[in-house]
Amino acid sequence: MIEIKNLHKKFGKLTVLEELDLTINKGGIFAILGPNGSGKTTLIKCILGMVIPNKGEIVLDGKSILKKWEYRNNLNYLPQIANFPGNLSVIELLKMVKNLRPKESNEKELIELFGLTPFLNKKLGNLSGGTKQKVNLVLTFMFDSELIILDEPTTGLDPIALIHLKELIAKEKEKGKTILITTHIMSLVDEMADEIVFLLDGKIYFKGSVDSLKKQTEQENLEHAIANLIEKQYQTATTK
Amino acid sequence: MLKILKYSIYDLLRSRWSYVYFIFYLMLSFSLFFLNNDIDKAIITLMNVIVVLTPLIGTIFGVMYYYSSKEFTELLLAQPIKRSKIFMGQYIGISLSLTLSLVLGIGIPFVIYGLFKSAAVFDFTLLLVVGAFLNFIFVALAYNIALSINNKIKGFGYAILMWLTFAVIYDAVFMGLLIHYNDYPLDQFTLIATMLNPIDLSRILILLKLDASALLGYTGAFLQSFYGTSMGLIVSLSALSMWIVLPILRMRSKLKKKDF
Amino acid sequence: MKIVFLLFLLMQFSANATTFTVCKTCKINSIKKAVSLAEDGDKIIVKKGVYKEFNIQVSKAIQIIGEDYPILDGQNKSESIFAIKADNFSIEGFKFRNVGISYTKEIAAIFVSGSTNFTLSNNQLEDVFYGFIVQDCKYGLLQNNTVVGHAIKESNSGNGFHLWKCKHIRIEHNTVSGMRDGIYLEFVNKSSISHNTSFDNVRYGLHFMFSNNNEYHHNEFKANGAGVAVMFSKFIKMHHNTFHFNWGPASYGLLLKEIYDAEIVDNVFEQNTIGINIDGCNRINYKNNHFIRNGWALKFIGGCYTNVFEFNNFQHNAFDLSYNSRLNDNRFEANYWSEYSGYDLDKNGIGDVPHRPVKLFSYIVNQTPQTLVLLRSLFVDIINFSEKVSPVFTPDNLLDTKPLMKPINSIVE
Repeated sequence: MIEIKNLHKKFGKLTVLEELDLTINKGGIFAILGPNGSGKTTLIKCILGMVIPNKGEIVLDGKSILKKWEYRNNLNYLPQIANFPGNLSVIELLKMVKNLRPKESNEKELIELFGLTPFLNKKLGNLSGGTKQKVNLVLTFMFDSELIILDEPTTGLDPIALIHLKELIAKEKEKGKTILITTHIMSLVDEMADEIVFLLDGKIYFKGSVDSLKKQTEQENLEHAIANLIEKQYQTATTK
Repeated sequence: MLKILKYSIYDLLRSRWSYVYFIFYLMLSFSLFFLNNDIDKAIITLMNVIVVLTPLIGTIFGVMYYYSSKEFTELLLAQPIKRSKIFMGQYIGISLSLTLSLVLGIGIPFVIYGLFKSAAVFDFTLLLVVGAFLNFIFVALAYNIALSINNKIKGFGYAILMWLTFAVIYDAVFMGLLIHYNDYPLDQFTLIATMLNPIDLSRILILLKLDASALLGYTGAFLQSFYGTSMGLIVSLSALSMWIVLPILRMRSKLKKKDF
Repeated sequence: MKIVFLLFLLMQFSANATTFTVCKTCKINSIKKAVSLAEDGDKIIVKKGVYKEFNIQVSKAIQIIGEDYPILDGQNKSESIFAIKADNFSIEGFKFRNVGISYTKEIAAIFVSGSTNFTLSNNQLEDVFYGFIVQDCKYGLLQNNTVVGHAIKESNSGNGFHLWKCKHIRIEHNTVSGMRDGIYLEFVNKSSISHNTSFDNVRYGLHFMFSNNNEYHHNEFKANGAGVAVMFSKFIKMHHNTFHFNWGPASYGLLLKEIYDAEIVDNVFEQNTIGINIDGCNRINYKNNHFIRNGWALKFIGGCYTNVFEFNNFQHNAFDLSYNSRLNDNRFEANYWSEYSGYDLDKNGIGDVPHRPVKLFSYIVNQTPQTLVLLRSLFVDIINFSEKVSPVFTPDNLLDTKPLMKPINSIVE
């Protein structure tokens, strides 16, 4: 479904992605992991068209997406930080985003699910961080798209909302959607991810299932497995 | 683009700052017309304020809006919509809402004062047209700076510096050059130099209406012979338009390469 | 036959004065003829018609009256239409046109020399080289005349009213336009010029040279090439005049050059490039004048001493005052300055902080004229302010210590 070939991205002198090749098949939950500065967000933003790669190709369902924008109609994105125009109300924001995507949406269900009904006519500037994140989730999940990209979706959520989120993700997976998640919450990965893509220094260091990662690193715990990966990298770096 | 424009105007028109700006102009013009009752003085004072303040407010609003809506812009960027449309929508939204504050803030007192009967209506219209131009120009310049500089504090600093350059430093250098090269024929130079600064250009356009007698002094004759004609008005209005078009073109080309 | 009878009748009414009537079909069909027949005290009435006459010499005390504006056509010959040297005469009610041009002779529609006690009134002059030339005369009255020229250049045009070496002349209620100088006076003393309108003249609306003890008031001077010039004259009273729209590279409402002991009171200077250009003038009192929207209200050139400016209104001039030296011997007191930004805490109508009418920028513009394009820019405001706080270039004793808070008898709302 997603094919990334030989992707390069530099920010000034800093190389963020280097000769990155990645194929993600249709359907399933893919966790994109890596330490800070490893290029996770850049990779996601390349797919979203927000970051323009220096070199390489990104193909979505057989079509190149570089310099295009129409493909985003079949893509949902949850940004890391939820910050909306302070003077619009929740309902106006929903209308606006719906307006931008002439497509079926099921926001009513989601609003109920996250208990946002009392906030609908409140200005976004007056909402708490957690509520904003819920609005953010509604905006992301209200459209029916093949590809869903979630950037740190759990930030600021209360436990109930978190459960709802997990349910939502699971439901989308059942429908055969492709879901990309970046997160620092390993339990979430452990619980939900079908595959892990581990990035380090702009390259794919590991790609495979959670189990195969555990096996490869000889660790029972996912967090330790990841730590182990990073440690190894440090060792090779210092011996170099 | 119209959708983005609609919502950014929606948002801005409810912003506290739009009201502060609107009320500032409202109170200023009310006090000028009704406390003083001297329309000439009112227009001169308004000109001084508009020529200096609109660029400043346009600049500050421009960078502020860009940086504060950065995250939301990212959300928009992930929607099926062209980049340039998002930013053009925002840009026009800011410029329009600022212009609205200006036009209403000054216009309401003028209408109440009964301006439409007075001969000052042309001066007044020119004042508003120039104010609108300055809004669009300086928001565009501010957006250019914000797009080029990711660091918010730095961007803000550069934007203020840009304003200061056009409002003060440019004129200081200009005056220095004129005094230094006093012995040379400077008419052409003066004319071109005023074209290259939108604030100077706007000021002169209004001045020629207000202080015609001063500018018609032996020094001003050549200026009058240029700016005073309809040709001059067309040229200077197109120069002002270029000050909008060029920053927008740069904005668009910048957007093609920009990473968010 | 009838006319003769009428004439006879009229003669009966005034025993020793005869009235001659001139018309195209009359026995007397030219003015020249009538003049030659008339004697002192007689009256000549000219009926409507076109009279192609010029060089009508008058040396008698007669009245020449036009009825329904008969036209005197000079056919552009290099001669005056009337050339008069007489006492106690009057000419009124004529329309003059096509008076020729001469660069060697002084020719005018009416040329008067060496005369005393005369009246020239209600005449309309069109396309004349000079309108009235009055030389060596006393006690003349020129009133209700209209002079219209189409002068383009100074060098080949003449003046509307040209007075030379006269005394006790009154020029009143005339309108003059399109000439070189509207009214020109040289060596004219003890005369008064009032209620005239002088506009669109190539050079000056009114021009005094070496003329003392004169008065001009209630005149309007509009859009003349350079305004009104008063030069090398003493004891001139100028009041209730309006000077406006005198625009141009070397234009001003009023030019004063070497004027001493004058009174300038109750005048209006509106929208002139320079309101008053003051060049080497001493002991002049300026009172209750209105300076409105001029480029420069007052521009000083050369040494000017002990002039007094009181109770004037300075409203919205680009520059209220331009001063060329660092010395000041003139007094500015109790004027209204629209630029004044002080306050009046004790509410006595007088600002508590002195006003400094000279701006640094006006000094800079004097040095480098092109800098004028920076007028009203923020940078200029800044340097003006700093100069105001600590004067370096402008005379620091040039202050209005009692600036008024409100305009005096403002004519503007």
